[in-house]
Amino acid sequence: MTITLPDRVTPAPTDKTTSNKTAERRVHPVPSTPAPEACDLTAAQVEELGRRLDEIRDRVIASRGADDAAYIRRVISTQRKLEIAGRALLFAGILPPAWLAGTTLLSIAKILENMEIGHNVLHGQWDWMRDPKIHSSTWEWDLVSDAKSWKHSHNYMHHTYTNVVGKDRDVGYGILRLSEEQSWRPYYLGNPVYNFLLSLFFQWGVALHDLEVEKVASGEKSKADVWRQIKGIGRKMRRQFTKDYLVFPALAGPFFLPVLAGNATANLVRNIWSHAVIFCGHFPDGTVQFTEEQLEGETRGQWYLRQMLGSANLDGGPLFHLMTGNLSFQIEHHLFPDLPSNRYSEIAPEVRELCAEYGLPYTTGSLGTQYLQVLKKINRLALPPKHVTPRQIG
Amino acid sequence: MFFRVASPRRPSRLLAAAVSLTTPLLPEDFVSLVDPLWSTTALRGRVVEVRPETARATTLRIRPGRGWTGHRAGQYVRIGVDVNGVRHWRTYSLSGPESPADGCLTVTVQAQPDGVVSGHLAHSAPVGTIVQLEPADGDFVLPSTASGPLLMITAGSGITPVMAMLRTLAALGPLPDLVLLHSAPTAAEVIFNDELRALAEQHPSARLALRHTTTEGRLDLAELDTLCPDWREREAFVCGPTGLLDAAARHWASQPDRLHVERFTPPPRSAGGSGGAVSYGSADPVEVDGGTSLLEAGEAAGVLLPSGCRMGICFGCVLPLREGQVRDLRTGEVHGEPGDLVQTCISGASGAARLDTPTT
Repeated sequence: MTITLPDRVTPAPTDKTTSNKTAERRVHPVPSTPAPEACDLTAAQVEELGRRLDEIRDRVIASRGADDAAYIRRVISTQRKLEIAGRALLFAGILPPAWLAGTTLLSIAKILENMEIGHNVLHGQWDWMRDPKIHSSTWEWDLVSDAKSWKHSHNYMHHTYTNVVGKDRDVGYGILRLSEEQSWRPYYLGNPVYNFLLSLFFQWGVALHDLEVEKVASGEKSKADVWRQIKGIGRKMRRQFTKDYLVFPALAGPFFLPVLAGNATANLVRNIWSHAVIFCGHFPDGTVQFTEEQLEGETRGQWYLRQMLGSANLDGGPLFHLMTGNLSFQIEHHLFPDLPSNRYSEIAPEVRELCAEYGLPYTTGSLGTQYLQVLKKINRLALPPKHVTPRQIG
Repeated sequence: MFFRVASPRRPSRLLAAAVSLTTPLLPEDFVSLVDPLWSTTALRGRVVEVRPETARATTLRIRPGRGWTGHRAGQYVRIGVDVNGVRHWRTYSLSGPESPADGCLTVTVQAQPDGVVSGHLAHSAPVGTIVQLEPADGDFVLPSTASGPLLMITAGSGITPVMAMLRTLAALGPLPDLVLLHSAPTAAEVIFNDELRALAEQHPSARLALRHTTTEGRLDLAELDTLCPDWREREAFVCGPTGLLDAAARHWASQPDRLHVERFTPPPRSAGGSGGAVSYGSADPVEVDGGTSLLEAGEAAGVLLPSGCRMGICFGCVLPLREGQVRDLRTGEVHGEPGDLVQTCISGASGAARLDTPTT
């Protein structure tokens, strides 16, 4: 679905004539699919919304302290203990209960490492602690994608140009059709199959998607840059692969296979889980994709609005939120990507109230419901559009 | 600095093998779950004893981890401590003797008015606290060869490095001929009061003159001619507030080689306000006005800088701050300590500052 945002005229707050003029401009959703009719805000309202969101951010920033630091250190320490326990149990993996327990613990550890720790540390959420051991500039995670490339494609491209088709490469990861804005090709008949494979090999998909190889064709990126990146990612891939599929199994001696299978399963579980959570963050019904034209002259308030309209939350309890890396608060995360993840649950009710007040959708649902919607969308978009409507630009 | 590592050591083959199990982390990241002092990349210590010296000063005995190579009496150590979740680094003189039997290092910290770190270390760092350390450093040390008579002039917490010297000398035998002129506001605020008096009693060669400045006024170095008439023949060690050090430099102008001072210059702080001269790497400073980000200003000056979202969210533009402070253009907050990584796209100038630039 596409909507238009208020015109990209930034009104000078003090200039009354300009404000009055822009106040007449209204948002007109383009009714391609069920549209958020509610998004009928004046430019002034959008900026006011931005100011109120800034206030929430400032308040959390001012209250960061020892409790937050203790939180992330506790999560990191728990994760490492789980990993040790999981790998230790897998050495006894010839016994089915030990294999199951070991694989479960290792899967949980890998999910925590990827989502609540790695993703959030690399966002700079904990940089304020000035601890070089927990810092976005030094962190490396237990994934084949290397942190440096990922920070560029995720922190910069995805979070700045969220859901902008053609800019945000998380829209389809270069292989899927996830928006009507992507024109259909027969290749996309395989959409559901590609998605299934991406889900199984998600960490490899993310690593390759960081390469942005299609930018070489368009001249935005040099072949040398890609080659340098491939060498970096290649080193990372080799180390990761060696650890889980050679060194640990070899250490187990005669129990090589159970350890290998446990490690592979844990990586698979982490891939499927993170893929599901991440896809539910931006593609369930109610989330909005945008065009590059809508970015032009975007104000702070409009950026906030795009983040809210382009993201969706997941309902669940504290443990569920932890296992999603608090990406179950995808809306709050996209508004404030650098706030400590443990604070998203605290500000979520306020953000939700703001949405209600401004008549904006606050998309949320259970993981099952949302994932089903995403899968349906992937199936639907595999087929060519039934009737072509001219694309409207705001 | 922000990213400090202990002196690099060659990883053993065993360690290299262990890394293949823990990649992308290091074995020590797991070992430190049990023993935080076991680290080859970060020198740390654990507070094992907290001894109040005065109402404001506390001695911390710290067991250092791997990589601590000891100190020479008079040297200082940089200590990193987490206060309300945020790491701060400060420099303190080591107050313990060289080569102590227990292998621990000691610092004596006097809480400064409004001192976030000194107040925390003096009053809120219980036994068990883990601190970050750096190797000892500084050239305010006794001459390595046996020297002639000594004169020590200290004030307030300036006694701490001199205390390390006295303890080191006393452990070797009778103290040499030395005069210590120490000033503190009142008797109750004299750090190591009892120990100083005991040393003076045990060692007839050492003369101690305590001065309580609240009642007796500050020491005027002109008084040296009466307090220590042979001061010109002595190797002099002076540690205290800037005013005392400046006066000493003037007093010893004719024989500066005889004078040793320990001068702790606090990192330059911004006087507030916006705009200022900012240096990028080794290039000449650029005048940055109050509304311009350090990223834009650097780019305008032709410096190659990393950048990303340009709105403060992606952390793709961070550069290490070397000197001065910066102003958050979003909130107006002036912040920064040397070594902090600052987001150049949302930081403006607030007085003079210097940023490191990427070498590639």
